[in-house]
Amino acid sequence: MHPSLSFDQAPPISVPYRFFLAAPWFGVMAGILLAWSGPDAFASRWTPEALALTHLIALGFMLQAMSGALFQFIPVAVGGNVWRPKLVANVVQPLLLLATLLLVAGLLFSQPTLLSAAVPLFLLAVGGFVIVVALALWQTPATGMTLWAMRMAIGGLAVTVLLGSLLAESLAHGLSVPIIELTNIHMAWGLGGWGLMLLAGVSYHVVPMFQLTRPFPLWFTRGFGPLLLLLLLAWSGQYFLDDLRWPLVAGFPLLLILAAYGGMTLWLQYTRRRKIHDATSMYFRVAMLSLLAFAVSGAAFFLDPVIGADPRSVVWLGVLAFAGVFVSAITGMMYKITPFLNWLHLQRLGAPMSAVPNMKKMIPADAMTGQLRLHVLAVLLLLIAVWEPGVVRLAGVSFAASCAWLGWNLVGAIRRYQGFRDQIRASVLHH
Amino acid sequence: MSITTPLFQHHKHCDEIFADAEEACANGEWTAGGEAFALLSNQLEAHFSSEEELLFPAFETATGMTSGPTEVMRGEHRQMRDLLAQMQGALASRDGDAFGGAAETLLILMQQHNMKEENILYPMCDNALGSSDVGAALAERLS
Repeated sequence: MHPSLSFDQAPPISVPYRFFLAAPWFGVMAGILLAWSGPDAFASRWTPEALALTHLIALGFMLQAMSGALFQFIPVAVGGNVWRPKLVANVVQPLLLLATLLLVAGLLFSQPTLLSAAVPLFLLAVGGFVIVVALALWQTPATGMTLWAMRMAIGGLAVTVLLGSLLAESLAHGLSVPIIELTNIHMAWGLGGWGLMLLAGVSYHVVPMFQLTRPFPLWFTRGFGPLLLLLLLAWSGQYFLDDLRWPLVAGFPLLLILAAYGGMTLWLQYTRRRKIHDATSMYFRVAMLSLLAFAVSGAAFFLDPVIGADPRSVVWLGVLAFAGVFVSAITGMMYKITPFLNWLHLQRLGAPMSAVPNMKKMIPADAMTGQLRLHVLAVLLLLIAVWEPGVVRLAGVSFAASCAWLGWNLVGAIRRYQGFRDQIRASVLHH
Repeated sequence: MSITTPLFQHHKHCDEIFADAEEACANGEWTAGGEAFALLSNQLEAHFSSEEELLFPAFETATGMTSGPTEVMRGEHRQMRDLLAQMQGALASRDGDAFGGAAETLLILMQQHNMKEENILYPMCDNALGSSDVGAALAERLS
């Protein structure tokens, strides 16, 4: 057997779950921070509150959940063997958590020492994670565009964290670097090169898998990832080219391929074979509609310099990207992965299969759809709050509440896992 | 056409029947659901047994790997057969929740199983069994 080929279905259940359990509570913190800061937080992307909010979601929610999911996804989808997943997860996850809290506090209270303390922790946590994942992704004998998208995404994560570290050090020590350009590049690699690249690569598998849609066309999957990478490189050219038109030239095609991905996914879902809706499929739809809205409003801001010059326009795009696209897609994924992992690990305990509760017994369907509705309401309120300062606190409270409900649903799933596990163990012993 | 092409195509065929059975039972159309389920059960069994009786032994003989990927795949076939039995029981007692729960579990298990076969095991089989007649036998069993 190929030494790097893993056919086992999963790492220990604690590996993905320690990341999944942490993620929602960063969303709760973000919501509370917004409610506590009030309208000033949304005045521009550069307020300490906005920077803190962005990183609570990007690092606390997204990176935690996406890292946990990668540990699970790599062996199953691309046959990659992650080195000592339990050990790596036990080290990376708490380090990441601590680094995120330090960075967020440093940004919020403008404390250089906290920013400087966060940087080495990030380099260690993400650096270790990137190396272990990259080794698994390059040693697998599997092929296909999902694998390539995952390889590009992990590179995107490395670029994002390196640029982020440079920015944090610049803020802490007052280095003279072009902060605005570097931030634009850091943001594009984080959202596009890491976040969207991974989401797209994973969705080539999971959209057809969960909803029985047709597969993504080969020309699309072959074109999308490499094109996204090229356009991100072009976008990064603004650092070197002192031409104000450059972001426009690179930005438009970027928005166009985002819209193409969103439109393609929605179309596949619309023409799917499996007609049954569930929280996951609706969450994916919310994410793709938000992505389309991001592309359309991004283009409008480019075309209309008056609105584009308003600092709130970028806040609007941020709400669509973070809360609309990524929190939605990730939540939808967790609602499918968690019940399946519960089932998978329970049926390995040796009880007769009929004694293992099925996936629908793990998180009540009503709790998932109720949480989905609250999340959609929170996203709408956040979008309104960008232009209507009176709504900011209410939007923050709603977002905190919907993330807390998500956290509670996941805690419930894990408690059910433990309860069923104890029952099964007792009955196996009894016989 | 590679040796495993018929298996690839048969996965899609089973997906379609699965969607019909699940939708009918979710809408309480038990007669139509029962017919679609019987077809699903029959087709999945044909698929599992073709792999277990033709493809896997040929692969194991050609490569000497008897406890690796094929063993994991056999284990997952067993799990899917158990879930089919649960669905059969739920269908007999017209228990929509139990049927839907087992169906959801079968779908995810089946899809991640197919993913591993299509991305990893089938390409390995195509490489190892390039010139054998296993492909024709598979095509005949699954036609």
